Amino acid sequence: MIRKFACAAGALGAALLAAPAAWAQEASQAPVVEPVTATVDKGDTAWMIVATVLVMTMIVPGLALFYGGLVRTKNMLSVLTQIIAVASLAMLVWVMWGYGLAFGGDANQFISSGKFFLAGVTADSNAATFTEGVEIPEFVFIAFQMTFAAITISLVVGGLVERLKFSALMLFALVWLTIVYFPIAHMVWYAGGTAATTGLIYDWGALDFAGGTVVHINAGISALVGALILGPRLGYKTEVMAPHSLTMTLIGTGLLWVGWFGFNAGSALEANGSAGLALINTFVATASGVLFWMLAERAMGHKGSLLGACSGAIAGLVAVTPAAGNSGPFGAILLGAAAAVLCAFFVVSIKPKLRLDDSLDAFGIHGIGGIIGSIGTAFTMLPGLGGPGAADYDLGAQLGIQVLAVVVAIIWAAVGSAIAFFLAKAVTGLRVSPEVEREGLDLGEHGERAYNY
Amino acid sequence: MMKFIIAIIKPFKLDEVREALGAIGVAGMTVSEVKGFGRQKGQTEIYRGAEYSTNMLPKVKLEIAASDALAAQVVETIQQTASTDSIGDGKIFVLDLVSTTRIRTGETGDNAL
Repeated sequence: MIRKFACAAGALGAALLAAPAAWAQEASQAPVVEPVTATVDKGDTAWMIVATVLVMTMIVPGLALFYGGLVRTKNMLSVLTQIIAVASLAMLVWVMWGYGLAFGGDANQFISSGKFFLAGVTADSNAATFTEGVEIPEFVFIAFQMTFAAITISLVVGGLVERLKFSALMLFALVWLTIVYFPIAHMVWYAGGTAATTGLIYDWGALDFAGGTVVHINAGISALVGALILGPRLGYKTEVMAPHSLTMTLIGTGLLWVGWFGFNAGSALEANGSAGLALINTFVATASGVLFWMLAERAMGHKGSLLGACSGAIAGLVAVTPAAGNSGPFGAILLGAAAAVLCAFFVVSIKPKLRLDDSLDAFGIHGIGGIIGSIGTAFTMLPGLGGPGAADYDLGAQLGIQVLAVVVAIIWAAVGSAIAFFLAKAVTGLRVSPEVEREGLDLGEHGERAYNY
Repeated sequence: MMKFIIAIIKPFKLDEVREALGAIGVAGMTVSEVKGFGRQKGQTEIYRGAEYSTNMLPKVKLEIAASDALAAQVVETIQQTASTDSIGDGKIFVLDLVSTTRIRTGETGDNAL
């Protein structure tokens, strides 16, 4: 064994000694062959792999525990199952046709086409970043974007828990990813060869750093449509539906917050100052959201609560998502505060008066927070607020573009998710029987309990 | 005859009551966590604006079998120890106990207590 290692080390040493000569040779040839070639930086690559894995922690266990803690004991396991299953489905769909439809190649302003089943992508393929001549391995980009699709469909679950059939969720997810998520991701983020093939909203110049429209407005609106089609839970507003474990919800909130650094700072696609800006904004906007939600509770005559703090954290994170690299830290604090106060006002004061059972406030926090964040990004860009906008930054024009992007995302998500829900309803019936709903989805849908003690 | 004493008390008073009863010679008791209501009002919980008022409050139920000679002292001890002078301190019920059997030995009556 030891001899073998010694031999291997010797060979490695020889290779290392020989390497500089080879590099020198390549370097001397390089200018002749190609004056400017794209480079893949190991630092960028390492950061993007870490960022991708961080986003994964947002889904399982982060979002699963955040949502799971908010339902009743008898439905805890069903929420955990729905999240892990639907996220897994999104990953497989992503490599089959999702990446192809969102980023696969030039087709038109609404959809991509190409690279289905990742055809032609190898370990040597690269994807562009925001810096000319700097690229990252395409598999890393595909995996990073895959986690975004997976968390977005998982967020929709928040409006549907405690009554949606598991089979209905899986079918809905399959259709929804295809007709809603992939087109919107393309429209917002795909830079094509020409304007006619560049994503519609990207082409307008809309700012969406990490997915305010693609992820949060999209998921929030779809959850709202789903909650309206499904109808409220049995006993809504008459029976006690208090969260079964806010301890779990706090753990989930913490994991979401940590994972969100990968989500936002990773969206820089490089390990650079823009990622650093997104990093600090993801801290301070969230902190601001926590405290301002609790202040809003006090202002509305309630006590400052842990669920309020967790909700405020999510509202701040959602709002800073489109602004992460498009804001200074103090703009991000204002944005987090605005989102927390307005989401809290909707959730605490307005929703109880409606017959809307958006059970875990996927719309109330992701939908409304996403809209505030996306429109607010026009303001956080202002140099006067410490934003990265140029001195001649035109607030009015940018605001118009942001509002238009939000409107398009809302309409697309609403129509597409309605189609997907009605399709799932036609095939599966959508909703569990009243007996299963009363007994709990854990036993009724999965034949297990979350807790046996 | 023997007495069967059921006492509903505030949960945080349990240890104090147990010690006091031990001191007067009570050799055993059964304790359960229960919920219920009396004159004390429930609490209101609010989760993101959804208000739930719970009128059932958590209490601890003690069940003690005692000889006639000891029963009055047991009741007095529980009453004095578990009282906080505020609403919701609980109640004590005393029933006639027809028979007691120790399962291990088959002893009955006072000997089985």
